[in-house]
Amino acid sequence: MLQAESVYKRFGRQEVLKGITLEVAAGEVMCLLGPSGSGKSTFLRCINHLEKIDAGRLMVGGELVGYRQVGDRLHELPESEVARERSEIGMVFQHFNLFPHMTALENVTCAPIHVKREPREAARERASALLEQVGLGDKLDSYPSQLSGGQQQRVAIARSLAMKPKLMLFDEPTSALDPELVGDVLAVMQQLARDGMTMIVVTHEIGFARGVANTVVFMDGGVVVEAGNPADVLENPREARTQEFLSKVL
Amino acid sequence: MPSSEVTEARGRPEEIKAVPVRRPGRWIAAAIVLVVAVALVRSAATDPHFEWSVVGEYLFDPRVLAGLRVTLELTVIAMAIGIVLGVVLAVMRLSPNPLVSGGSWLYIWFFRGTPVLVQLLFWYNIAALYPKIGLGIPFGPSFVHPNANALIRPFTAAVLGLGLNEGAYMAEIVRAGMISVDEGQTDAARSLGMRRMQTLYRIVLPQAMRVIIPPTGNETISMLKTSSLASVIAVGELLYAVQNIYSTNFKTIPLLLVASIWYLVCTSILYVGQYYLERYYGRGSSRALPLTPLQRIRAGLFSPRREWS
Repeated sequence: MLQAESVYKRFGRQEVLKGITLEVAAGEVMCLLGPSGSGKSTFLRCINHLEKIDAGRLMVGGELVGYRQVGDRLHELPESEVARERSEIGMVFQHFNLFPHMTALENVTCAPIHVKREPREAARERASALLEQVGLGDKLDSYPSQLSGGQQQRVAIARSLAMKPKLMLFDEPTSALDPELVGDVLAVMQQLARDGMTMIVVTHEIGFARGVANTVVFMDGGVVVEAGNPADVLENPREARTQEFLSKVL
Repeated sequence: MPSSEVTEARGRPEEIKAVPVRRPGRWIAAAIVLVVAVALVRSAATDPHFEWSVVGEYLFDPRVLAGLRVTLELTVIAMAIGIVLGVVLAVMRLSPNPLVSGGSWLYIWFFRGTPVLVQLLFWYNIAALYPKIGLGIPFGPSFVHPNANALIRPFTAAVLGLGLNEGAYMAEIVRAGMISVDEGQTDAARSLGMRRMQTLYRIVLPQAMRVIIPPTGNETISMLKTSSLASVIAVGELLYAVQNIYSTNFKTIPLLLVASIWYLVCTSILYVGQYYLERYYGRGSSRALPLTPLQRIRAGLFSPRREWS
């Protein structure tokens, strides 16, 4: 589903990603761990072209992200094409980023109606089903400011799912939540993984990584330090840097 | 916890009824304000030069009312032009294309950097610069070319001058509103597949309104008064109307009072409108809404305690 081939990204003079090569198969869950500033979030934002990469190749579902290859040259995709590619990749943010001027239901129906041009009624029905699924069937008409952080994040997940994405990106989805609210969000994500959604999750929740991920990747300083199945990486890390990090967070 | 048990055992202590601090400074300041106010009112009421009877005579004079109408028309049309232009310029200003954003910058630089009175005179005299105005293909043939003097009449010149100038100010207000919206909102919208323009009018602008509305109200009030500058280019608005009258009967002060009264009436109405509009767009923000004046009066009448502030 995702193929990253020596992806480089720099901001000004600062090189944030220094050759990331990763692969995620359809239906798999990959957890990205690492200290802050290691480039995890930037990598995630590159996957749906919120950031442009400087070198390497990024492919989602066999399609280059943001570009088209003609011969051996890359052509930038027009805005509408980039938007279409993005609409097939869901993204959940650390700070939820719900639209505060819309109710929970409107947040979820907004993109299906205005981007996918779905009929209003159908979109509304599916949105209420999705909100029901994340345990918020009674909050359809609440504004984000009336919801707890955990509830907001679950609305955000429903909002992404409404576009029927083939890949879901989670950027530290529980980092901004009170400890007691983390469980609800993780439970929703766990169910999603069980239903076969392909997911890339940047997280500090080691327990979630151990229980749900097929692959755990440890990043530091813009490179992949170690990758493998959760048992190997989390229980018997080979690299000293991984051991040091895990000893601090566990 | 032991400490809370202790408090409960003693019960709630009686309410504090302290003797307020004496504030002699306040009393002196209040006395001075009162004396000045009485002196002003007395002078206005008794000084024959105010000629209140003349004021009353001309307050509803048809010529004055016609002028008032033109003033209101000018204000509404110029503000409408200003707001539309302001949104367009603000969007241009935030465009990734340097030519587009540069054009917007240049416009704002020019129209904010020259006095609006000078701009009004420019538009009034535009025929001297471009005697013929043509509509057609740039550098190619033109299809209609009316005479500039016939096209740009004083009222049109005033609307253009005031509106185009206002656009520059509104652009900055709208831009400030737009950049006050969190960038995460744009990220979220784009990750859902919205295009730039869609993100702008569905997500960013509605949220920017809360920041845009209050200064726009100020601009409207300001425009109402600035429109009096149009009297210089012979637009028959309120000030021009009273000037016309006092140039023949020499009742200068009473007629200026007539104009002032009408300006005050209009700005007062706008104040009230702005107040309620702000309340409307303030909904949903975390802070509690202040009481409306009506609610405050009601609360003041029925609460036993009066508070000084």
